Amino acid sequence: MGAQLRVYKRRIRSVTATKKITKAMEMIAASRVVKAQRKVAASTPYATELTRAVTAVGTGSNTKHPLTTEAESATRAAVLLLTSDRGLAGAFNSNAIKAAEQLTDRLEGEGKEVDVYIVGRRGVAHYNFRERKIAEQWTGFTDAPSYADAKKVAGPLIEAIETETADGGVDELHIVYTEFVSMMTQTAVDSRLLPLSLEEVAAESPAKDEILPLYDFEPSAEDVLDALLPRYVESRIYNALLQSAASKHAATRRAMKSATDNAGDLIENLTRLANAARQADITQEISEIVGGASALADATAGSDR
Amino acid sequence: MAAELHVELVAADRSVWSGEATLVVARTASGDIGVMPGHQPLLGVLESGPVTIRTSEGGTVVAAVHGGFISFADNKLSLLAEIAELSDEIDVQSAERELERAKAEGDAFAERRADVRLRAVAAR
Repeated sequence: MGAQLRVYKRRIRSVTATKKITKAMEMIAASRVVKAQRKVAASTPYATELTRAVTAVGTGSNTKHPLTTEAESATRAAVLLLTSDRGLAGAFNSNAIKAAEQLTDRLEGEGKEVDVYIVGRRGVAHYNFRERKIAEQWTGFTDAPSYADAKKVAGPLIEAIETETADGGVDELHIVYTEFVSMMTQTAVDSRLLPLSLEEVAAESPAKDEILPLYDFEPSAEDVLDALLPRYVESRIYNALLQSAASKHAATRRAMKSATDNAGDLIENLTRLANAARQADITQEISEIVGGASALADATAGSDR
Repeated sequence: MAAELHVELVAADRSVWSGEATLVVARTASGDIGVMPGHQPLLGVLESGPVTIRTSEGGTVVAAVHGGFISFADNKLSLLAEIAELSDEIDVQSAERELERAKAEGDAFAERRADVRLRAVAAR
């Protein structure tokens, strides 16, 4: 067998193995997307009811709360960036990071100092490599986040927003995550969680035209709001974590699908080349035999004479 | 037929129970509160504790609820909790073990949680 042919054969074998791996990863990701979507759907009733309650308190009372009132001049903002722990998901992480950087630039343009909080090893690695400061980081649960994880993330953020700005607290809380639009579309979005603008919350609640009843607050509107807002933030972060996880799996599935397709194309091309190489070997061998035979015939003919 | 109210008991990650009921008793920050059909609109903060739902079929559903909210309007009652478990789902032995462990470790949060679970089972 010719040297060229052997090289092609070896490459075909290696690409075939890679293709099998990417195919398996594609199928794993596909099953995880479904699971993640189901989790998003399961968390929706809680989020909906909570949004309703927040709207009810916000519109039904004149309570002022640090979490709903805008600071006159905001000087510090926190940005929570949700990335994944693992790559192999196409542009998933770089899109989220880019969105966070744009938001950071915009906030700094408005004269605000920005604290960055990051979820996911990819984002942490990106910031560490550039030696940028990370206020706090969490890793290890991005593939299947639980509500406890969301609480863990929300805790320091709520604390930061409740602290006076002068003492190292923040005035605003923004979140950057990848919204799961469909299997094919996931977009990195940023939104402001706090201070809460009630109009926005009201616009999000599903029953827009419904007139909210005059609630009786137990024990008081302030206490209810006090307890409600941190839960609201947690539930929003939980939802963002879940969507981000679903998006990551969808992105992985797509990346692995195109990797599998590319491997298929590569195998096809290499097979053609290997066939041509084999054919060339055979042709050469035949021409060598023919050449040798005729040289031999010429030689014997010469000696006969 | 007696008047009914619609109850949705939802935890952060799932919907735990929903159905028609005639009475719901829950523990708010200022004491136990009972809600019957036609109650005035209410929004309250729940304490950790058992919630009792008397269903319209005459049965009783007890759930262990750890923090959360109760909101009632238009004969629809929603109980929101970070963690909620029906008493049928609670494994008494594991809850007791949990309580022992929490006491030993001095973990107040876990201790309260296990205690609430046991009380919910006891109220069944």
